[in-house]
Amino acid sequence: MSRNRAPKVNLRLRLYGVLLVFGVAGSGLLARAIDLQVLRKDFYQDQGDARYLREVPIPAYRGNISDRNGEPLAVSTPVVSLWADPGKLLESLDRLPELADALNIDADALLDKLKQEQHRDREFVYLKRHMSPEKAQRVLDLALPGVNQRREFRRYYPGGEVFGHVLGFTNIDDRGQEGIELAFDHWLAGESGRKRVIRDRRGRVVDTVEQVAPPQPGGDLILSLDRRLQYLAYRELQAAMAQNRASSGSIVVLEVGTGEILAMVNQPSFNPNSRRREDTANLRNRALTDVFEPGSVIKPFTVAAALESGEFQAHTVIDTSPGTLQVANHVVKDIRPYGRLDLAGILAKSSNVGATRLAQGMSNDHIWDIFHRFGFGQATGSGFPGEAAGVLSAPKQWGPVEKATISYGYGLSTTALQLAQAFATLADRGRMRAPSFVHGADTPSSAVIDPHLAAQVSQMLETVTAPGGSATRANVEHYTVAGKTGTARKIAGGAYQSRYMSVFAGYAPAQNPRVACVVVIHDPRAGSYYGGTVAAPVFSRVVGGALRLLNVPPNASPGWPQTMVAAVDEPVAEPVER
Amino acid sequence: MKLLAIALTGLLALAVLGSAIFVVVARHDSRTQFTVLERLVGERDELNIEWGRLQLEQATWADPHRIEQVATRDLGMRFTPPSERRVLP
Repeated sequence: MSRNRAPKVNLRLRLYGVLLVFGVAGSGLLARAIDLQVLRKDFYQDQGDARYLREVPIPAYRGNISDRNGEPLAVSTPVVSLWADPGKLLESLDRLPELADALNIDADALLDKLKQEQHRDREFVYLKRHMSPEKAQRVLDLALPGVNQRREFRRYYPGGEVFGHVLGFTNIDDRGQEGIELAFDHWLAGESGRKRVIRDRRGRVVDTVEQVAPPQPGGDLILSLDRRLQYLAYRELQAAMAQNRASSGSIVVLEVGTGEILAMVNQPSFNPNSRRREDTANLRNRALTDVFEPGSVIKPFTVAAALESGEFQAHTVIDTSPGTLQVANHVVKDIRPYGRLDLAGILAKSSNVGATRLAQGMSNDHIWDIFHRFGFGQATGSGFPGEAAGVLSAPKQWGPVEKATISYGYGLSTTALQLAQAFATLADRGRMRAPSFVHGADTPSSAVIDPHLAAQVSQMLETVTAPGGSATRANVEHYTVAGKTGTARKIAGGAYQSRYMSVFAGYAPAQNPRVACVVVIHDPRAGSYYGGTVAAPVFSRVVGGALRLLNVPPNASPGWPQTMVAAVDEPVAEPVER
Repeated sequence: MKLLAIALTGLLALAVLGSAIFVVVARHDSRTQFTVLERLVGERDELNIEWGRLQLEQATWADPHRIEQVATRDLGMRFTPPSERRVLP
């Protein structure tokens, strides 16, 4: 039998051999399984999750900005930014032109950009930012691999250029860059949250798994500005600029008693809705950042210093003839000789000689002290970015010429807002407040001068707009106005030019002031350049409108009931909620 | 004694199993709730956004410049000069 003749094999050995092979293979598998499932589980789990789980940011809504009556001034609206994973997108090269077409960009440029970013191992590159949701959806409908959307917010400013300088603007990443948007960025900006989502092969979000951190929306901000008044001031400034062929100008309107800024406009302006910024000089909020020598508008403070020193009384008569006065090697001139003037006369006629005579009767320190108390040479504390402090040099450095020129407004510099603050302080019987952009900020006030003195100066300032004063055109029909004109030659390259700056600063109604206003017009070139003819009419129209908008009863015409409008003094603000 | 140990082990095993299943249920529940929350948050956002859009629209219509134009040009309105005003007692 062949069976018997078969060679004898060692069955037991074979059995062990097979078992050994299986055993080794089996334990090999087991070891690998343990390795994968137990020892390196976390690593592989993470790798797996990374293939489809992603953490994505949830953008936070930036707070809205509204005016004191709740009218919107800055609103965020959603836009879509498209981004791509270059690696995935480049796999479908043939469809790139289609995409470029839909995005309205150059196909070659797109290809270059994608290749560059892929080269740097980037998995994220913006294709186009801030598209309208409808347009973005059309691109997404192409269903290209690696193309995704991300929701972002864009700011809209319905007030446009009228509010441009005050509000400022945000950059493409929704962070404040200028103005209120920058000053209050920490309040307005929310904190973006994070969520974990599942993505499919193309990178589109399939499902949200969990919220890692909820987004914190930014806070809303109610400004002290009044939209209607801001528009009015802007329109009047624009008209005055055109009429006088001026190079720039500013208007500031403050509410007396609270220090709230009701309006602040500048020319030239810019549109914050446009991202193209041709001329960065136009971005400056000139009312705050540009300093100028104020000229005669400073005289009320010289007079206040004179009264406080005790050396002069309101009825003290100063002889200003012959209209010139030699101080060291400098000659102080009046426009024409005014003869003998009392303090009110010095203000009404704006006599430089008179102001110099007053200064000569006081110490440097005393004049400096009064100017300093009224805020000259110091930032106002409004908190606006880039605010200038102006210059008021130390009294030790004043020689007789400096002292004389400072008394009528040369040799020191100020911003329009500083002037407005100083006049609002006079208007509020010597109580000074930091100007505020926020409605209801309730900034603390401090008395800087005896209320009686402030009232005396105030009375004198009424004569400025009275018949025979230097600024009858600043008058507002049916109201009394206190104020002061100023005309200063502009300094350029260290020398005074035959270019001028016209200013009018004042408040109304004079007896119980509600608004203080400063109008500054630089470089009027249409003939007239006096503050009384260029700036005063603008002041009159803006303040007239302001008093009407604030429902202030007329005080200068008999017969008007003085309590009539008290009940509707403040317009009722709509509650702002989101 | 031995029986008690077996029973206790069985009971604990059952408890472990039960809690494991409950974890799964709770997790599922949390996901469902989260989806609902997500949807509602989205809805809220949409409404907020709509509100912002409406505000913008209103601001555009109520633009003082436009109102002035309509008042003076289309409606022929004008501001009363002081000479035409009478104060009634």
